[in-house]
Amino acid sequence: MRKQLIQKVNDPMTKTDAFISIRNVNKFFGKFQAINDVSIDIGHGEFFSLLGSSGCGKTTLLRMLAGFENPTSGEIYIDGQPMSGVPPHHRPVNMVFQSYAIFPHLNVRDNIAYGLRKQKLSRSKRNAMVDEMLDLIKLPDYGDRKANQLSGGQRQRIALARSLILRPKVLLLDEPLGALDKQLREQMQLELRALQKTVGITFVFVTHDQEEALTLSDRIAVMSNGRDLQVDTPTRLYESPMDREVASFIGTMNFFDGTVKALTDGGAEIETAGIGDVYTTNIPPSLTPGQSVSVAIRPEKLTLSSDGHGGSNTVKGRLDNAAYLGERSHYYVSVDGVPQPVAVSAQNRQRANGNAESQRPVWLSWDDNAFVVLGNG
Amino acid sequence: MRGQDIPMPNQTALLPNTVRFRTLLQRSETTRGFALLSPTLLIMTVGILIPIGILVAMSFWTQVGFDFDTTLTTKNYQLAMDRPIYGALLRRSLWMSGMATIATVILSYPMAYFVAFHIHRNKMMWIVLITLPFWTSYLLRVFAWKVVLGYQGVINSALMALGLIDAPLEFLLYSQSAVVITLAHAWAAFAILPMYVSLEKIDKSLLEAATDLGDGPVARFLRITLPLSLPGVISACLLIFIPTTGDYITPTLLGGPDGAMIGNLIQKQFGAVNNWPMGATLSIILILSIGAISLSFMAFANFVRKRIS
Repeated sequence: MRKQLIQKVNDPMTKTDAFISIRNVNKFFGKFQAINDVSIDIGHGEFFSLLGSSGCGKTTLLRMLAGFENPTSGEIYIDGQPMSGVPPHHRPVNMVFQSYAIFPHLNVRDNIAYGLRKQKLSRSKRNAMVDEMLDLIKLPDYGDRKANQLSGGQRQRIALARSLILRPKVLLLDEPLGALDKQLREQMQLELRALQKTVGITFVFVTHDQEEALTLSDRIAVMSNGRDLQVDTPTRLYESPMDREVASFIGTMNFFDGTVKALTDGGAEIETAGIGDVYTTNIPPSLTPGQSVSVAIRPEKLTLSSDGHGGSNTVKGRLDNAAYLGERSHYYVSVDGVPQPVAVSAQNRQRANGNAESQRPVWLSWDDNAFVVLGNG
Repeated sequence: MRGQDIPMPNQTALLPNTVRFRTLLQRSETTRGFALLSPTLLIMTVGILIPIGILVAMSFWTQVGFDFDTTLTTKNYQLAMDRPIYGALLRRSLWMSGMATIATVILSYPMAYFVAFHIHRNKMMWIVLITLPFWTSYLLRVFAWKVVLGYQGVINSALMALGLIDAPLEFLLYSQSAVVITLAHAWAAFAILPMYVSLEKIDKSLLEAATDLGDGPVARFLRITLPLSLPGVISACLLIFIPTTGDYITPTLLGGPDGAMIGNLIQKQFGAVNNWPMGATLSIILILSIGAISLSFMAFANFVRKRIS
């Protein structure tokens, strides 16, 4: 069901049916352009992330969805309705703030019920709804506590419940897990994902943490300098990034310069300076023989071995450096003809003995299709 | 090792006094607190407790010619209860400064709100501008109001020149409203500053959250901004109500017979009437009334805050 939805959104024919449609939006703060001609479509029930480093415009875009900022030009549609001129309190969206913005003078129960006042519900109905939310966020006995008696994780859940109780069409989340410590954050990620599946509301999630975005999202928009570089599923973003910027923002990537030697059915043979010829089917659509391109490979797709053998898909190098991270180790290998040391990540399946001596010769090898050819050279 | 350990107790005894004092200070949080407080505490004791003690003692004495009869008696208090003029003046004073307090807080709140939420640059300059009237003497400001409110004053001449009135408005000067207007202006900064501080402290994301959850500007103000700024409003009320009740300069210059306050009576007891014990008695009664009203006001404000939240 979920997969179908995503595919439907990806399909260009149905893009006009998108639940949220951001159309050619620009935003200027004085002379500074925070958002540069962004167009994104988000499907109904999707968990969509805006990913980028700080200052890339992701929060500005989220605040424009909420109505706290207005686009300088362009239009945002939510559920088919144009949003320009609609103030925040009349939009079918709710937001979870980075600081959670729990009202300090109200207890948990009144915080959660805050937005219900307009609906003119009976007291018993309202209490039942609040109880239901308290159960959903697993804080059933916290109704009478004040904001200052809560931990960061609890505040985060209450901010979530306060928005969800209003059954918004879209829930906006502004780095809601940023203030939590690592373990709590990982736990909340799982809970957030489960919660989103339960309530079936469209989530738009802003984060600078690529791992978090990959874990949570159905699709991710990678943003930089106010532009959306690539909008895709986590797998496609990681495995087939469109350009160098996306590739280096998500995870670590080794880049090599090369030229297209030959095009075979569905794939390409690339001649590179340092690592010989590479064959891969991960290629951009318009590739011509003789064109100079960048090829890239993830550190974990390279295999490191100390006993060498020649042949294809193998290159000899020298071990520069090793970093032991417990479950895995990172190695940096210099290869003749390659300016940067090549990063290799390997799981420590054997017990490490900590004597990875420097400067010893090593061999790198890879499988066909492990490389990706980047579009813009 | 051992040889070094043995003389230790003697060393402590040999320490100079300053060091011992310092270790004492560092050891106890309470001692340190009192040490920090001590200059203030000294001034409070000498400057407030002792005079109040004298006042309390004197209120039980009697005036005999130019001397005091120091036999303790409650005669002054009985007299203050019996003569209706004292009670009437006290009630009027509390009423007038209550009005002045309400007027000041209502007029000052928008100003504090404006500086807290709509000024982003040069906030300090605005704060200084608010205190600007205080750079001239209190007496001068009261006289200025006399010029503004007088029969031939700014307001009356302007209204007459415009043809809106034929004769000067008499209620402007030498009346309770004149006193209330002047007090409201004179004490404005004392209301603006505490309210500004509590408004400034409000996290702007709380306001955005309220809007996001469906509140329009009015609902948001009543449900978030006002309750969160209540501590500032309460301190503003107390800061104005307490000193204005005993004021005697403004009622003397602008009050006329209808605008006289208890402060004028107390001043007369220590001056023309030359009955210091009676003045002391009236002062004590005033202190007690203000205390009672302030405490019940704080209790009420606390109750209201719990109700809105």
